[in-house]
Amino acid sequence: MSEPAHLEHETPPSTPYDERLLLAERTDAEINQAVLQPMMRTGKGFWALVTILSLIVAWGMYAWGYLIYWGIGVTGKNRPVYWTLFITTFVFWVGISHAGTMISAVLRLLKADWRRPITRGAEAMTAFALIMAALYPLIHLGRVWKFYWMIPYPNNRFMWPNFQSPLMWDMVAIFTYLIASSLYLYLALIPDMAMARDHTDGWRYKLYRVLALGWRGTEGEWHKIHRALGIFSIVIIPIFLSVHSIVSWDFAVTIQARWHSTIFAPYFVIGAVYSGLSALATILVIVRRGMHLHEFLRSEHFNALGKLVLVAGMAWVYFWFAGFIVEWYGNEPVVRELIRQEVSGNLAPFFYLQMSANLIPIVLLIFKRVRTTPVLLLATTLLVNVGMFTERALIVIGSLQRNDIPFNWGTYRPTWVEISIVAMTFAGFALLYTVFSRIIPFVPVWEIKEGRLRYTMRRIGRLLVPTAAEID
Amino acid sequence: MAMDANLSVENERKWVLVVDLDRCTGCQACVVACHAENNIPVVGESQAAYGRWMHWIIIQRYWEGEYPNVKARFMPVMCQQCTEAPCEPVCPVFATYHNAEGLNAQIYNRCIGTRFCGSACPYKTRTYNWFRPEFPEPLAEQLNPDVSVRTRGIMEKCTFCIQRIRRAEINARSEGRIPVDGEIQPACVQTCPTNALIFGNLNDPDSRAGQLAHSHRSFRLLPELGTDPGVIYLKGGETNV
Repeated sequence: MSEPAHLEHETPPSTPYDERLLLAERTDAEINQAVLQPMMRTGKGFWALVTILSLIVAWGMYAWGYLIYWGIGVTGKNRPVYWTLFITTFVFWVGISHAGTMISAVLRLLKADWRRPITRGAEAMTAFALIMAALYPLIHLGRVWKFYWMIPYPNNRFMWPNFQSPLMWDMVAIFTYLIASSLYLYLALIPDMAMARDHTDGWRYKLYRVLALGWRGTEGEWHKIHRALGIFSIVIIPIFLSVHSIVSWDFAVTIQARWHSTIFAPYFVIGAVYSGLSALATILVIVRRGMHLHEFLRSEHFNALGKLVLVAGMAWVYFWFAGFIVEWYGNEPVVRELIRQEVSGNLAPFFYLQMSANLIPIVLLIFKRVRTTPVLLLATTLLVNVGMFTERALIVIGSLQRNDIPFNWGTYRPTWVEISIVAMTFAGFALLYTVFSRIIPFVPVWEIKEGRLRYTMRRIGRLLVPTAAEID
Repeated sequence: MAMDANLSVENERKWVLVVDLDRCTGCQACVVACHAENNIPVVGESQAAYGRWMHWIIIQRYWEGEYPNVKARFMPVMCQQCTEAPCEPVCPVFATYHNAEGLNAQIYNRCIGTRFCGSACPYKTRTYNWFRPEFPEPLAEQLNPDVSVRTRGIMEKCTFCIQRIRRAEINARSEGRIPVDGEIQPACVQTCPTNALIFGNLNDPDSRAGQLAHSHRSFRLLPELGTDPGVIYLKGGETNV
């Protein structure tokens, strides 16, 4: 291995209007190194971050062990609030997982060119968020050691899970989505693994050689991978729509007031897209700074992503309002009580936090300055996710506190066990993502190179010659 | 159950519990009897205050009117054994299901503790083992051998004392007959000092419960939900203290 030419990554482009031509001037080798070099750099900050995150995860694991040993009573759950922060965070993580597919599959189909540098980060976010989400159905079980009873395995007593139960739909949907999104992430990774294999040595070389599956970059291989990605992009969209619909049906199929709503499925899906895209923007701003990827993740990308968040946010408000107005107008006793609790009762602080944290970003994102300034975008999108988390908490915990018989009304206080476990999944997600970013090229190099071809303008007379990327 | 065509009334029985609110004094004797019969743990003051009591029967108490003209209203609420039970379809492992006698059966050993049934139940009569149950001595000596002791993480609820139903049926069959009306008595029914609780077969027009079910005072809890409960209340009048 020869010493790679060091690149100046940190200078932001001086003239924004030819940002897109920036990469066109680079050679392929320079782009390879620009992506690979930050992966190799594991400074003090990186290890400090990994240590802190690991400690939080370890503490959360202790809390989970404590929960299993003593019973669900160590959480703040009670009768009637049987579901609390675990289910809230479960819904939150499933929501976060939606943006990965949204970005890469939908935008790949639409041939939106700005998706190229951010698809990998988005797909990884989907996979890791889903792993965190998949922990919760286990964590919240009273007898987690019997979890396999939910799996339809052959047994001599002919005990079969109940496919009428939305929890079974959940399990099927989440595993399907996890498998599909992991494959989708991996497929698009193969050419980059080969690239990394050719430019590294030591354990990395061994790892990449296995992961590259012997990729050589022949015409036939490219043809197949484009075909496979094309199929996956289409197949994964119904899966991605179904997952959060099914999560919403966990609630909507019951007759609990405020849960029993037909609008829940699309409302949850759009909420998931809103919070997922916001989380993606948050992560991209952080990773870009941590890994010095200014050259790849430019303001045009943040601008486009910000617009998408804006649209998703407005759609969320529409769905929220469409649900709320009908429930308010219906004026059924329990719903009325719940709305009173939200607007002027005990839940009011959370309700107003939810509304302001979801509405203010929409106003802010109208301004291009907010969309293109990383710090402002970070603050705005973090705010969205504070709002979306609160929204899920209000739906899950808030609604359960009231029911048809006033004698059975209740309240809920979280305990350290619940908070530790929720913190564990946030830290676990960040940890997986941090480690991932040092092992896997965060920017899909081949897609960048492919996209780059579009900006080598070739004119023959008046005719614009289509380039390879357009056939993609 | 093993079937003997002559002795079985399988598919003909529909167990109901009639609760006469006029007679209920709110004395909680049924709650105590239920605890003893069904091995229900006592969770203690602080847990109970946090809404974690385990009573299968909850004597709901409502105040009516303004002081000094205050009336206390009592309403014992146990699992309503709904015909269209919201708790049943949501269980992922069939730990709760409907049996042929109209009972909403609960299999403790199958429960994995998702608490979905508890969230789905509009009456909130299901109770959950938040911790490993404790039966301090000498309480452990009086555990009922006919009923499993549940561990932590399991949902439980009123079963209409299904073990008593089975025992009465077996005893009757050994004598070559079917149980007569009033022979089957859940613990709460047996204990109620004012006979406010009457248990019987709704499909038997001569049974007391079957007749009371058609009383002009009868109503079911939250009928608008369409759950078609197996617990029938008789409206309380002015005599309710």
